[in-house]
Amino acid sequence: MAKTVDARLTFQDRLGGWRVRWGIGRYSYLVEPGMYAIGKPSDRDVVLVTANYKLTFDSLRKELNGINAWILVLDTRGINVWCAAGKGTFGTDELVKRLQSAGVDKVVTHRTLIVPQLGAPGVSGFEVFRRTGFRVVFGPVRAGDLPRFLERGVKADQEMRIVTFSFLERLAVIPVELVMSLKYFAVFSAIALVLGVLVGASRFQEALSLSLSVLGAFFTGIVLVPALLPWIPFRSFALKGWTLGLFWAVAAGYLWRAGPWRFCGNLLLLPALSAFLSLNFTGASTFTSQTGVNREIKLFAKPMGVAAALGLLLTLVGAV
Amino acid sequence: MKYLKDVTTLALDRERCTGCGECVAVCPHGVLSVSERKAVILDRDSCMECGACRRNCPTGAVHVQPGVGCAYAIFKGMLSGTAPDCGCGSKTGSCC
Repeated sequence: MAKTVDARLTFQDRLGGWRVRWGIGRYSYLVEPGMYAIGKPSDRDVVLVTANYKLTFDSLRKELNGINAWILVLDTRGINVWCAAGKGTFGTDELVKRLQSAGVDKVVTHRTLIVPQLGAPGVSGFEVFRRTGFRVVFGPVRAGDLPRFLERGVKADQEMRIVTFSFLERLAVIPVELVMSLKYFAVFSAIALVLGVLVGASRFQEALSLSLSVLGAFFTGIVLVPALLPWIPFRSFALKGWTLGLFWAVAAGYLWRAGPWRFCGNLLLLPALSAFLSLNFTGASTFTSQTGVNREIKLFAKPMGVAAALGLLLTLVGAV
Repeated sequence: MKYLKDVTTLALDRERCTGCGECVAVCPHGVLSVSERKAVILDRDSCMECGACRRNCPTGAVHVQPGVGCAYAIFKGMLSGTAPDCGCGSKTGSCC
């Protein structure tokens, strides 16, 4: 039996969405896989396929106000459609299995499934048809385009097919990156401050300003680079981070009146950190390829490591 | 926004292509098009190797080495000696 859901999101849904955007409990934000009804669907209404990450499910149903449809939720272990498709959990096998276990062929009389386009890395349309007799139509990239897609007679236009990475879309993925990286900063900072205290009170000041400089490098790599992504020179994410990191290194040097050792240490350490964190942002972006990221790692991993180590060394020399 | 030049592993086999256009429909970056009943690569440098075209080509005419463009996953794979894996969807670990 299909459960009935509403197109309206409650305050709790919104709060839950905000929580997982900040990385809180995002691996256990699930809906039960299976068949759902939205509106009052008949046996001739569309079947929309989606993932069982609740943030995904909610962003689909909130676009379906006034639409009668069935929603078939696949078990992707709480991962969004695109990432799960890359892993194959949002894939042909799971779709075929779920079609059968949910008895979709008894719920609807037609034989068409609307699968989000970003599910295509995992779902093979022709194979699903061969195995089940259901025809897969790839729907728009964004759930927001679904009403228009349905009005047009389940046809996507060019714009519905293209993935974007707008300013707001980039801002939305920053918090979880921040939360995940800040624990590394906390460890570094704790070590620096404890060492500072052990050496003496005047050194504590220096450890504190070093921690703040490093915090700025984190902020540069995790917030500034993603936010300003298209406007920073270079296509390489590491080089984008390195560039902005250099500006911050100079600013931090003036801000805390660094001596020559510390200033040079800053120039080496801080941009390398920003570069590394920017490179990590490739995973949250919508247009980087694995071969490309591999090339960046091959080119920049060693220089980043060497620069950071050398920078730290100069900073320590300047402190004693 | 475009990523690095000349990196993608995307390639087409014109002999096998029937011009059905499924690859064009599933590509999220408008990389492919159909011209004179054969698929063509319009915008090579926009390919992110997601593998949607390959998965949905009924005649095996599209080749691409699919993968995640995620440094974290690649680093993690290097450290554990496995294929790139961001850890999403497993019980432990963080995510891309």
